[in-house]
This record gives sequence, structure tokens and C-alpha cells, in this order.
Amino acid sequence: MFQVRIHGRGGQGVVTAAELLSVAAFVEGRHAQAFPTFGSERTGAPVVSFCRIDDEAIRAREPIAEPDALIVQDPTLLHQVDLFAGLDADGYILINSGRSFDELELGELREGRRRERLLTVPATEFAREHLGRPVPNAALLGGFAALSGLISIDSVAKAIRERFAGRVGEGNVAAARAAFGYVRAEIGEPARA
Amino acid sequence: MPEQQVKFFQTGSFAVGNRLLDPEQRSVQARMERSNSLTCGHRACQGCGEALGARFALDAAMRATDGNLIAANATGCLEVFSTPYPESSWQLPWIHSLFGNAPAVASGVAAALRAKGRTDVRVVGQAGDGGTVDIGFACLSGMFERGDDVLFICYDNEAYMNTGVQRSAATPPAARTANTKPLGDQPGNVFGQGKNVPLIALAHELPYVATATVAELRDLEAKVERAMDFHGPRYIHIFVPCPLGWGSASRDTVRIARLVKETGLFPVFEAEHGEVVGVSKIRRRVPVEEYLKLQRRYAHLFRPRRRDDVIARLQAIADRNVERFGLLTDPDQAAAMPGEATDLAGLEAGADEPPERAAEETNLMRLLSETHGSPR
Amino acid sequence: MLEQIEGSAAVARTVARCRPEVVAAYPISPQTHIVEGLSDLVRTGELEPCEYMMVESEFAAMSACIGASAAGARAYTATASQGLLYMAEALFNASGLGFPIVMTLANRAIGAPINIWNDHSDSMSQRDSGWIQLYAETNQEAVDLHLQAFKLAERVSLPVMVCMDGFILTHAYEEVDLPAQEQVDEFLPTYEPRQVLDPAEPVTIGAMVGPEAFSEVKYLMHAKQMQALDEIPSIASEFSDRFGRDSGGLVRPYRTDDAETIVVALGSVLGTIEDVVDELRAGGARIGALGVKCFRPYPLDEVREALGGAERVVVIEKAFAVGAGGIVGQNVRLALSGLPPRVHDVVAGLGGRPITRQSLLGLFDDVLADRLEPRQLHFLDLNRELVERELERMQKGRRPGPHAENILRDLGVVAAGSH
Repeated sequence: MFQVRIHGRGGQGVVTAAELLSVAAFVEGRHAQAFPTFGSERTGAPVVSFCRIDDEAIRAREPIAEPDALIVQDPTLLHQVDLFAGLDADGYILINSGRSFDELELGELREGRRRERLLTVPATEFAREHLGRPVPNAALLGGFAALSGLISIDSVAKAIRERFAGRVGEGNVAAARAAFGYVRAEIGEPARA
Repeated sequence: MPEQQVKFFQTGSFAVGNRLLDPEQRSVQARMERSNSLTCGHRACQGCGEALGARFALDAAMRATDGNLIAANATGCLEVFSTPYPESSWQLPWIHSLFGNAPAVASGVAAALRAKGRTDVRVVGQAGDGGTVDIGFACLSGMFERGDDVLFICYDNEAYMNTGVQRSAATPPAARTANTKPLGDQPGNVFGQGKNVPLIALAHELPYVATATVAELRDLEAKVERAMDFHGPRYIHIFVPCPLGWGSASRDTVRIARLVKETGLFPVFEAEHGEVVGVSKIRRRVPVEEYLKLQRRYAHLFRPRRRDDVIARLQAIADRNVERFGLLTDPDQAAAMPGEATDLAGLEAGADEPPERAAEETNLMRLLSETHGSPR
Repeated sequence: MLEQIEGSAAVARTVARCRPEVVAAYPISPQTHIVEGLSDLVRTGELEPCEYMMVESEFAAMSACIGASAAGARAYTATASQGLLYMAEALFNASGLGFPIVMTLANRAIGAPINIWNDHSDSMSQRDSGWIQLYAETNQEAVDLHLQAFKLAERVSLPVMVCMDGFILTHAYEEVDLPAQEQVDEFLPTYEPRQVLDPAEPVTIGAMVGPEAFSEVKYLMHAKQMQALDEIPSIASEFSDRFGRDSGGLVRPYRTDDAETIVVALGSVLGTIEDVVDELRAGGARIGALGVKCFRPYPLDEVREALGGAERVVVIEKAFAVGAGGIVGQNVRLALSGLPPRVHDVVAGLGGRPITRQSLLGLFDDVLADRLEPRQLHFLDLNRELVERELERMQKGRRPGPHAENILRDLGVVAAGSH
């Protein structure tokens, strides 16, 4: 089983990100479960969502305490909340930022971890460019596909198009592909997660 | 040949059962084919205004709908006295659910009928003042706002009668109830804002809103039938005296209902789409005291000493209604207010009619054709 | 057809395929996506003929369902927590009058303190309302139970609530095989009311019943629920034949055959429990689980049979009877009266506190090592220190203040989330 935890703030599509990831896995014939934590519905509040992917039916219902991958949609959360709790040494981290791990003062985090699994990607910029709105979730999913090899970019695109019609769908797909390309360029092709 | 003056008490009036009227204009109750929706055998008190009003209202609704009517009833006197297990006096499809939900249940029935394409079947919701003005109010307003096709009828006897005469939001100021007794400085119910549900219904801009009393039963029937011409939420508020709760003589029910209108305390009107389109004018204005004296729930305003201060405040309410609704044809009527000859003895059950009554009724009738403002 | 879909959306689409004629909708977290979904389906005409009533309260919602059902329409609504309480009077009215209304209950904690997350205090508070209560373990089962619920309700003339854990199931995306309209139509015939308000044949419904007959009428409610104990497995079996999967029924045992320890639970937590059972089994423990799918009527015989051979039973429940103990626990003890198994009552998951694999492992460890006192109600993961501190505060000081605020302050919880 592969467990992904996504952190962000309300209004950034954190919940949708987990759902789309689960659909992408489903499209590839795997089992997937996505769910959020909930506070009262308001923008700006920290939100966490979860996605489990497995070849077997998934029965567990608890929040993901030991993620295999973390996606951070909002870097302002980095030093406010303990985002990295439970992530093991082999875990993936993908952070939405144009700055590097060092620039984000996360250099220490890299110690003892596999460097090719830790990355930042300017997802909000890709979103602005291809979608016209600073909603980074689709781009991050594209980046994550490249980073982890867990799902293909085509599955991500399919999941996006199922959810969003017309120009919005295409814009999100474009942002996802752009981020995918960016991560690919950074780390090359990963071993499949 | 010597002349014999014949006094017709009922000619030109719309008193019930008037055989001198055109058959089409006669009361539903005068017809052989009346549905008797609330048939005999129910356990209402002698002189119950609600039983009277319900019988007239429902049969009128049945006539207007060719018998295709379903009724939803709130908990209350009407529900209790009409369905004493194992009997029921209802001869139409009838459901009682809870105290506070009659409007919502009626809405649900209407929705079901609509889903099934049964547009021929209509729905009536009914409740006492408690089930309409207080505990049923949220559901009532919801039904109004949604535009559900329900005629809702409130039988207002101005207190929670079924449970022993406790105060409701419809209880008038100064009235005695089981929990607004004439003890302490403020005798009887407080002089609050009141809750005028007919006006609230007006504010909801319903297709049809009307008030009525059981003194003008033909008028009541006509209003119910008129209401059935419309679709959407409609509201009729009927003033129904309760001899037991009000401490009035059971024979005085209709009289008291007439007086509440003639004093101006209860404006009788009709409204369509939020505008008043008709008012039942006061035929012969009467001071509120004449109305109050017939009911022991106001006895504390007269004994052990007169509370002219309170009576004056009640009179002011009546005056305001008269002005606000234009209840007088001739504004000068406000000045001259001949009193009905009653005395405190009339409060005792079983007292005989004062002899002056017969002559006054003739006066009353004469004035009818001159001053009656109702379009019927 | 298999879809990766949100639980609420799956339920909305399935309910629509059951062809309700009147849907009364009042929103409350976490059921909102269900009523929103149904609104869309009615607007697009996918669900028709159906009157979608946006009522002004849950009390009105259930009341409208009562009126609609009385007029012969298949009626549906959904609620949770406070909403269920607000319609409590109407719940009893619906069951007392025998209307086959189906309602989704998105299980959520009841306040005070206000809490929007999952537990079973809402459905448990109405366990005696005369409604049948079915509990879904997964969104697939939630979908399947709605089909079965309409059929069951109309067969026994009792209302049915399908309980699914709020947020945990309602807001989870997972694969669900949605039944096609033709399949539903074959399984669920048109509603034939046993009593109906019809001008052609007037009846009086809801008259007062005095001491002479009240007991008999109430007994009938009980008798009908007892009858449901037979109908439920029958309908589940019919469902299984038609749709090719097991859903519903009264209880579902998991690896209980030779189990010394059996864990009993309702709803979605069974998934986590089954994972833990597998883990412990792999380590050699003889442990199993029993899912209670139908809590009312209470399947006493089935529970007795499933648990009778175990040494110990651990009931894990998401609600409790304040001042009295466990609720499901009480019912399990009743089923096991006279039989050897020791029963442990464990309350967990209140107000949405996650029941984790870690905690369960610790709990079962304690149970197997006999460290859990069987006669005491045990609260899993309770922060005793917080409680002690608040109790101490209550003793001292003239005005110690509200409990919840004091405890939250102690916890140092920032309102904006504590991840």
C-alpha cells in the first residue's frame, strides 16, 4: 500500500487533489481511497487530505500517520505545522515552491533521505500560466506522477478531465503536464514507487 | 284591510340556511349533498366555535374540490374531539401527525400528489392557534415561503384549550388563562406586541389570505371556496369562541363572534397577493366592553372593581384596527356607539335574553343593507 | 458500474435510482453532498417524477416525509446529529404510524460541545424510536443498504435509517459499483402503500389511542421489528443473488470460527479492525471480528451464536450511555447472558477521534494480557491528565469556567487546525 498525505490551506484544492489522485489510480485498475480531514469550511485554514493506493481492497479508515509521500501545496505551512510527522527515510516530499529545499530552510530534512525523492516545484506558477488561476493542485499531481512514478501522467490527465470540463479541464491538464515535465527534467525517470 | 307588518329577519342577509336566497347562494350546509366532512358524534363542548367553524370550512372546501380533498390536522381540541378512539368523525382522508408540523405534513401530502400527477386532489392543513401561531409557526412560514399548494386554516380560540387553557401568542392582552391569571399588578395576559399571523401571511404575499368569524358563516364558506380558486399557499384565520376556555355561555358563541367584529377588535378582511381587497365593515359599532362582559376571562376587568385603564387600552386596540383597516363605512360611526343592552347578569349561564334584544335585531337588520361592505 | 466516487455522491445517485417521489432536504454537515446531489438529479430530470422540497428544518423534513408517505409516495430524507434530534418527535411519529420512510443518517456526534465529526451518538440516541437501523461498513455497503432499506421498509411498514459514518464514509472517495436503473427496478418494485390518504376511500390516520388499545398498537411495532429479523437476511440474500455481492444482513463474522477473542463493532471502523485482526492472526493470535450490520431490531440470537464460543469479547463502540456504560456493550452482554465469554466495553472514536491501528494493537494487547477490567467502561486513548486537571479545577475556584474551553486551552489547540 502506498500512502500519500497532502497539506495545504482551504481554497487550494487540497481535497480535490487527493480525490483526483485516487481516480488516477482507479483508472489504472488499482484500488484507491481518498478522504480529507475537516475543519469548518473556510478558506485559508490548514487542510489535510489523504490518499491510499493499493492492489488489494483497502479497509483501513484512519488518517495516514505514516505517509510514503507528502505533497505540500502551501509552503507557508512549513514552519507552522509539523507536516513531516511519520514520514520515513524513503519517503517522497513534493513542495509547491519556486525555491529550493535549502532556500526554504529545509536543508536538514534532506539528511538521511533519498535526495531524488525530495523536490520543490513551482506549481502555482504553472497553474497561473496554464489555468489562469493560482490553484496548484493539478500541477502538483503532475509533478508527483513524475517524482514517484506511482501513477502515469496520462491517468492524472484522465482524472482531471473527468472532474473538470472544457477549458478548465484542459488548463489543469496543461499545468499538470508542465509540472510533470519540470520534475522529469530535474530528476530523470524514477524507479516506480 | 288591516295591515300586518311582517318582519323578515333574514331577507337580504347571508344568514345560514336562508331559503329565500337563490339556491346557488345558499350555504353549503343547507344542501342535501353536503359532505359532512366533520360529521356528528364528535365530542366537542356544547357551543364549541371550532367545531362550528371546521364543519363549515371543510364542507365548503369539499364542495369547491368536488370532494377531492385531504386534510392534515395538528394536535389540539379539534383533533382530539373529532377522533375519540375508536371512533372518528372525519369523512374525508385525514391525518394527524404532531402538534407543530401540520403545515409541513400538508406540504408533504401536496408534494406527493404533485409527484403522482394527482392535480385534482387538494390539500387543507388545519390547526388551532397554538399549532399555527406558536409551535407550528416555523413550519407555517416554511410552507408559505416554498409556495406549497396548501390551504391552511387556523381556528383561533386564543389559547391552548386542549391542555387546559394556557396562554398562546394569540391570547389577547388582559385575557385570563390558566397561566395568565389576574394576580399581581398586571391582571391577565400582558399587553405585548401580539403576533398577527394574518398580517404575517400578508407579508408573505400569499395568493389569498382572509380572516373570518363563526358569526358570518356564509362569509366563511365563501372565503374557503374563494381560496380554492387559487393555487399555492393560502391562509384563513377564523375567530372561534370557546365557551369553556373563555367562560362564556355556550349559546353566546355566535354572538361573541359577532361582537368581536363589531367592536373592531378582530378585523375581518380578505387579501390577495399581499393587498387587502375587501373588508367586512362594522354594521353597528360597539364598545369593547360589550364584548368583554360576556366572557369570564375578562371578569377581572369589572370585578371587584372596574379597570377602566385596561379597558381603555383594549378600546385603543380596537380603535386602531378600525382606522387601519377602514372598518367603518361612515367614519362618524366612530363617535356614536350605541351599546347592546347587556348586563352582568348575562354572564351567568342560563340567563334569559334581555327583552330589548328583539327590537335591536330589527335595527341591526335594517342597517345591514345600508352598511354591509362585503362583496358577497 | 464501477466508479471511483465520493460516498455521498454514490448514495445520492443510488437513492435517485430507487425512485423516491418526494425528497425533503435540509442541510447539515456531513450530509450536505447527498441532498445537493439529489437536487441536481431532480433538476436535470434524471430523477423524475420527484418533488424536491427544501424545508425549513429537519423537523419539517421528517414531517413532510410523513405527509408524503401517507399520501402514498415513496419518501426520503437525510440528516445527522443535531438534525436527527430536532426531528426526534417526528421519528417516533413516523414509526408509530408505520410509514416506510427511508433516511440516510450521516453519523455525527451530538453536542454540546458542538462537534461535526463522526461518532454514533446520534443514531444511538434514537435506537428506541422504532426505526430500523442498518450500519454500513463501506460506501459500497451504504449504496447497497439503501436499496435494501426501501424494500425492507415497504415490506414491514416501518421506517429505516441507513447509518454511514460522517466524513469517514460520506466524504471518502472509493470505488463503488453503482447499480443500474434496470437492476434497481427489478429489485425494488413500485411502492404499494398499506394505508393511504385517498379521497376515493377516506381513512383517518393518527387518531388518539387510549389505554384500551395503546399496548396492542405498540406491541405491533415490536412484532414488526421482530419480523424484520427474518426479512433482513432474506432481502440481503435476494440482493446477493441479484447483484453478486454480500451486503447488509444482520451480522457479519470475520475469522471468528476458532477465535478466542472477538471484537464487535458497527460501521466503518470494522475495516481498520479487520486489518488489525489479520495482522494479529499472522502473529498467531486467535482473534476475529463481528460486524453488527443491523442494530435495530437487535439480532440477539445471531450475536449469541457468533460470540458464544469465544473466551472474551471486546466491544468497540462510538457512543455510550452517560452514567450507565456501553450501549452496544449492554446489548452484547444481554445476548451472551448465561454464556462464558468475558465482555469488555470500549468506547472509542468519539467526536471524530481517529481509531488507529496503533491504538487497537495496544488495546488488544491489554485485553489479551488481561489488563482490562471487564466490568469497567474503558475509554480508548483518553487523555487522563487533561480530565484530572479539569476535575481539579472544578473543585477549586469560585468560577472555574466551561469545561470544553478549559480543556482546549490546556491542550493548546489552535483553532486553525492542529496538524
